[in-house]
Amino acid sequence: MAISSDDVLHVARLARLRLTDDEVTRMTEQLSTIIGHVEQLSSLDLQGVEPTAHALDLTNRVRADAARPSWPRDEVLRNAPDPADGGFRVPPTA
Amino acid sequence: MTETLGLTAERCVELLDAREVSCRELVTAYLDRIQAADGGIHAFLRTRREAALAEADGFDRDGRTGLQGVPIALKDILCTKGEETTAGSRILEGHIPIYDGGCVTRVKAAGLVALGKTNMDEFAMGSSTENSAFGVTHNPWDTERVPGGSSGGSAAAVAAGFAPLSLGTDTGGSIRQPAALCGVVGMKPTYGAVSRYGLIAFASSLDQIGPFALTVRDAALLMQVICGKDPCDSTSVDLPEPIEVPSAGSMRGVRLGVPSDLLAQGVEPGVREAFDASLAAAEGLGAEIVETALPHAGYALPAYYLIAPAEASANLSRFDGVRYGLRLAEPGDTVGDMYGRTRAAGFGPEVKRRIMLGTYALSAGYYDAYYGMAQKVRTRIREDFAAAFADVDLVVSPTSPTVAFRIGERVDDPWAMYASDVLTVPVNLAGLPGISIPCGTSEGLPVGFQMVGPAFSENRILRAAHALESAIGFDPRPPATVVRA
Repeated sequence: MAISSDDVLHVARLARLRLTDDEVTRMTEQLSTIIGHVEQLSSLDLQGVEPTAHALDLTNRVRADAARPSWPRDEVLRNAPDPADGGFRVPPTA
Repeated sequence: MTETLGLTAERCVELLDAREVSCRELVTAYLDRIQAADGGIHAFLRTRREAALAEADGFDRDGRTGLQGVPIALKDILCTKGEETTAGSRILEGHIPIYDGGCVTRVKAAGLVALGKTNMDEFAMGSSTENSAFGVTHNPWDTERVPGGSSGGSAAAVAAGFAPLSLGTDTGGSIRQPAALCGVVGMKPTYGAVSRYGLIAFASSLDQIGPFALTVRDAALLMQVICGKDPCDSTSVDLPEPIEVPSAGSMRGVRLGVPSDLLAQGVEPGVREAFDASLAAAEGLGAEIVETALPHAGYALPAYYLIAPAEASANLSRFDGVRYGLRLAEPGDTVGDMYGRTRAAGFGPEVKRRIMLGTYALSAGYYDAYYGMAQKVRTRIREDFAAAFADVDLVVSPTSPTVAFRIGERVDDPWAMYASDVLTVPVNLAGLPGISIPCGTSEGLPVGFQMVGPAFSENRILRAAHALESAIGFDPRPPATVVRA
């Protein structure tokens, strides 16, 4: 299936990626090629096959529900681009 | 001055035990070699001379045992407390983790001395290390060629005598393929055998940390250090039996399955020749060679390039300029503007491509057609391997369909680059352990021999790989180039 530049712009919005016009052009072409390759999967009969999300047969391993110290706040904030008042400051949401 | 090229970790331990060298002398020899020759290779993004020498002095002063004092190099995707960790990305430039990854904690506890952090494809996405935001790494066998990837820096470091051991990560072949292209040993453990805590995530259901070394025995020594359950990674498990350092030279009774379906994926003649010669060597050691079927092997690459980008697109959503890393914002920006600007500037082209591909494959209306379908193919591939292992002990193939390619040769053709992984990705999809050992050369460049076993058959793989390695007698020292300067 060919991918249009509108598809690319839509997906870029979902992925929170700002693309230049050149990137949109290149991405449209490259994603179409890659999707063309992966579409050979549709030639397989996969009726009734269970999907594998994970190769290990493990489910819902939980640790003891016990309180334990977490990272000190000032250490966590040390890598933040704009820490303020003990939190992460961000630009306005709208 | 100790010659580090070709020096194994085992030999380092002998030299240290016999007090022929001190830890400081050994660590200095490696650091000096890096300083002298890494300009032409660029295996390292950063070295830590002062810290490494301080650790070495501690062992010289207080005494040492085991692997204590032996140098190691760490892929820059493993979080190191207080020391910059970038995953090869601008978006994490200057990032100083506040904790050690589970694997790094084990390496430190064993007394291995980290020399520095190695170059890699950005977020481990690539097969050549050309996708690093901080420059390419050159193959020590031919500096105009790639070292493979994504753990190209770690593979090149061991090949060039910059460290006897290193750690990499393997999501679709990122340990085994660069090991093959650089003529060293690289092992991907069973999914879950090594903690992923503090490993910057690419595709969580596939990622696994593993060793590079000059010999199978050295790889086993490092496996002993890194394997085991970690309460901070709920997918990690203890191996059913401890890793043993292999010593037997025979392969008597070992059935090796050669999957014609996999070999039909376009293996170049020189690689095929070296592989066939090694099969004959295995037969000479008593192994039995049989054909085996992996009927869905040809579908593994397309399935992988849906599953891995889908998981990556979710994992990389955390890089949004809020909690760590780069932030770009203009006055008047909303938080959404800031996200878009930050991610546009912070991610390189391949990472953007995979985020786009993964987001597309997971988006409304396409989920079943792409991601869901790929997960069903993943089931088929697991079933293929299970059927194969009902008949054979190990599935063997070349590791990479080609020898190291030229820098720049595949950068404009993503699918050609992805095809470098065609022989390694099925193993990740099935969660299995695999190793690549050097098995000869083609056009003067190393060829890798891949051995894959059932889940948690690490010891079986290591035994067979050690026996075969001894019979092949590959000299891992690259020919006289910049690295012998």
